Amino acid sequence: MKKEPIIECDRLSLSLGGVKVLDSLTLSVYDGDFLAIIGPNGGGKTTLLRVILGLEKCSTGSVRVFGGAPGGFPGRVGYVPQRLFFDRDFPISIRELVLMGRLSNKKLFQHYNKRDRQIADEAICTAGLEKLSERRIGDLSGGELQRALIARALAGDPELLLLDEPTASIDPQMKTTIYDLMEHLKEKLTIVLVTHDTGTISRYVTRIAFLNVTLELYESGVSPKSESLSSLYHYPVNPVVHHSPVSRTIDHP
Amino acid sequence: MLQEILAFEFMRNALLAAILSSVACGIIGTYVVVKKIGFISGGIAHTAFGGIGLGYYLGINPLLGVIPFSLFAAVAIGLLSKKAKVAEDSAIGAFWAVGMAIGVICIGLKPGYAPDLFSYLFGNILTVPTVDLWMILSLDLFIIGVVWLLNKEFLAISFDEEYATVSGLKTTALYLLMLCLIALTVVIMMRVVGIVMVIALLTIPAAIARMFSRSLPGMMVLAVVLSSLFSLCGLWFSYQLDIASGATIIIFAGLAFVLAHAWRMVNASLTAQ
Repeated sequence: MKKEPIIECDRLSLSLGGVKVLDSLTLSVYDGDFLAIIGPNGGGKTTLLRVILGLEKCSTGSVRVFGGAPGGFPGRVGYVPQRLFFDRDFPISIRELVLMGRLSNKKLFQHYNKRDRQIADEAICTAGLEKLSERRIGDLSGGELQRALIARALAGDPELLLLDEPTASIDPQMKTTIYDLMEHLKEKLTIVLVTHDTGTISRYVTRIAFLNVTLELYESGVSPKSESLSSLYHYPVNPVVHHSPVSRTIDHP
Repeated sequence: MLQEILAFEFMRNALLAAILSSVACGIIGTYVVVKKIGFISGGIAHTAFGGIGLGYYLGINPLLGVIPFSLFAAVAIGLLSKKAKVAEDSAIGAFWAVGMAIGVICIGLKPGYAPDLFSYLFGNILTVPTVDLWMILSLDLFIIGVVWLLNKEFLAISFDEEYATVSGLKTTALYLLMLCLIALTVVIMMRVVGIVMVIALLTIPAAIARMFSRSLPGMMVLAVVLSSLFSLCGLWFSYQLDIASGATIIIFAGLAFVLAHAWRMVNASLTAQ
């Protein structure tokens, strides 16, 4: 019996301001996958995540998440954004930040209750932040903040976890602890990770996809380059056929 | 001395107005500061002058003209910047000036001199009538009620609007509601410091409070206390020296702002050593 994919992109294309950011992307993510999407800056990685989250509409093609329109099941999707986009001076503790992850499970006007606080505390423990939970976010290091954002996503009790460059601008040791955390999480969750970190991820992920502005993304090894890529990395690879010059990421892994 | 002052009804009203307006000011000012929408708030405040002009022209209590007018301005500025892809500062600038222009024209059309026009522009806490106190009190209660009901949603859109959207919140509607609460706060503050200076009292107490707070509720309480303090100090000095009350309150707030930051800088350099 064939499993229903959690994320299903079918010839997805997207233009932003007249520029094609994603072109004819076909991709399926199944339950239990740990997929890393790598590619150059401006390659559309973050945009793809935004489409999956329902923050961006695709121009042509279709995207289905949990069999419905993207954004239709906020409670089942956990999102870890790039941490650059909010104010580090915001007066909020880790505990309150993580509690925000419960939003998708609450109704309007409903206050957080004891159970929500309990779940948030569990997520804080999973991320290894229990000693810091009362700290203001401005007092955290980059790696601690990143783990707090992961804890926030986990507090929503998601089935699918989407991470946008969780290891950008973090020192190497911290990177390893974050990957170890994900290694632990992939037992229970389906994970899609966008990253620049071609070196480190190879040990952790089950599948890799290469993404560059105009490309075709193949679901299974049907591309002519598939074999050479698979021998380059020692795990199954989703190769990409580029219309434009081949990405450096592939040439010099 | 205090008893002597409190014997005057206008003084009692002024004290009540200072404290009641500080409640709204501290709560909503907190959102204005953490969401960095001070300029929008200034735009709403100045647009509200159109409502005062309209109130004059129609011969009703100007505050009754201001409430719908400023709510309209809040929604319009919010929608223009969110939906119509107009740059936010252009939308604000346009409303800011057009609102004032409407006010000026309306007042000009009404024959005769507009006596307390100045008090709306620059505030006069010593002339707050009892009926306005009731209005301020009910607006306070309304604001507290909405913020209490929606505190987790307002926190989410202030902190990270994109994450709030992903979590399934109707962020645009919540944002517009927040702007409407700012508009109502502007109406309250108008009596105390006036349209032109509203923005200072909306941002300064909250900005100082942020330096010493670890949560939004804590910041709100501290901002309310600071705002009351500035208002009461300003009121006292303006009474003693017989100078404009609204301006004195703002000077106090501004001084405290500078001192708080100077203290922080000194503190930081001391710990760095």
